[in-house]
Amino acid sequence: MEIPRHWRLKRQRYSLVGEVCPHCDYKIFPPRDVCPNCGDEAKELYTFNGKGQVYSYTTIYEAPTGFDANAPYTVAIVKLEEGPMVTAQLTDLGEQPVEIGMPVEMVTRKMRNDGDERGLIVYGYKFRKRT
Amino acid sequence: MTDVVIAGIGQTEVGEHWDIGLRDLAFAAIQEAVQDSGGLRPQALFAGNMLAPNLSNQAHLGALLADCAGLVGIEAVTVEAAGASGGAVLRQGYLAVASGMVDVALVIGVEKFTDKLGPDVDAALATASDSDFEAVQGITVTAQAALLMKRYMHEYQVPADGFAGFALTAHANGAGNKYAMFRKAIKAGAYAKAEMVSDPLNMFDIAPNADGAAAVILTRRDLLPKDFAHPLVKIAGSASTADTLALHDRKDMLYFEAAQLSAGKAIKQAGITLDQINFFEYHDAFSIYAALQLESVGFAIRGQGWKLAADGSIGLKGRIPSATFGGLKARGFPGGATGVYQAVEAATQLRGQAEANQIAGAKYGLIQSLGGPASTAISHILQRLN
Repeated sequence: MEIPRHWRLKRQRYSLVGEVCPHCDYKIFPPRDVCPNCGDEAKELYTFNGKGQVYSYTTIYEAPTGFDANAPYTVAIVKLEEGPMVTAQLTDLGEQPVEIGMPVEMVTRKMRNDGDERGLIVYGYKFRKRT
Repeated sequence: MTDVVIAGIGQTEVGEHWDIGLRDLAFAAIQEAVQDSGGLRPQALFAGNMLAPNLSNQAHLGALLADCAGLVGIEAVTVEAAGASGGAVLRQGYLAVASGMVDVALVIGVEKFTDKLGPDVDAALATASDSDFEAVQGITVTAQAALLMKRYMHEYQVPADGFAGFALTAHANGAGNKYAMFRKAIKAGAYAKAEMVSDPLNMFDIAPNADGAAAVILTRRDLLPKDFAHPLVKIAGSASTADTLALHDRKDMLYFEAAQLSAGKAIKQAGITLDQINFFEYHDAFSIYAALQLESVGFAIRGQGWKLAADGSIGLKGRIPSATFGGLKARGFPGGATGVYQAVEAATQLRGQAEANQIAGAKYGLIQSLGGPASTAISHILQRLN
């Protein structure tokens, strides 16, 4: 069980809180306190609006341990409107096809069970089609 | 600086070794390499491994392997850089010998995949990605390669069977390598009919995880007798570069910058130019990696790497022969041992002992070891000495 590990990432997992660089205005997700663009310190928090588009996607049929119950599922790299990319599952797809460039928005969903008998459930961000 | 040379090489067959454990695989390769070196006694052992703490519940391979090889009393540590662990350990051995602090270094790469089953192996491999922001989403390294390949094919309008040439070349070359997991050529149409794994990536785009161990003995040229038993192969260039761990953090994910930087540094150190390189052992864990490495190193312009496979340029008689013993696809992917296999294979080419797979007159080989999607890239130039 890894409760502290998931707990301390709750602002990122539930509300896409990253950082903005005070020197070059570069938007950063996940937060790392150093701007990957200019190399200066960047600690100012910034909440992303959760909107973006699909940069690439694929489907996983054989899931790693912990994700078996979800398979098959679609994963994507999503380019957020503010610039950064995130890796995330796509959800609520139904039968609709996915395309590169498809507009998506962040939602909170169950990610996985932590796998032990006390059953910690990890929640986090996924993305669904934006209409 | 005196030349650092490969004095001995050893390797086990790559495959599913249900009856051989981690330590025995390693010992077999060590024993062969020490014998091949004429019995040189190592002063230091560097062990390259990616997954033993995870798949075999065994860390601390330095001491374990020194013990098993009868070398208790020498320096011995593990070096880890995911799939690039083999390249990383070769570089550590090189640095130790080049520094003058160590006269004879034993570089051993070993991986034991088959003690765990598929979903556990996939989860273990995913620990080499960003655990908090990639693996938590249920992504696998295979799916990550599929994401890259999908975008690449979209950007450059690659036909559905555009990557077939990588598997065809690898399997054709694996047929001539008695240590390879797959030693049979595949037919031209096989790729198009292969089972899809994660669209657009099919089973022929993926190198098989497999058990194996490879070892080299490094020393300085002036410590060897003039009548040494083998043609000498020198490590003429060595460089290692890190990129962002997470693929999504790259400003441009269709270019392996770490591959470009480390190859550039190694080539510069060797004092040669790209067109002097006679063969390239790339890290084709996935065919898209091979295409991106060909482009990033400079053998193809961007978006054209796949064409070198399609038009035969990477074949044994092509412009830049690649995966000359089958690469990861046909020789197999023995995790953290892979980079040491590349060194053993390149040394075999440069000694002129590659038999059916020999590149005539080969003098320089580039070997490149990747961790993840080139989050680590480690390049070495090996050179035949006359």
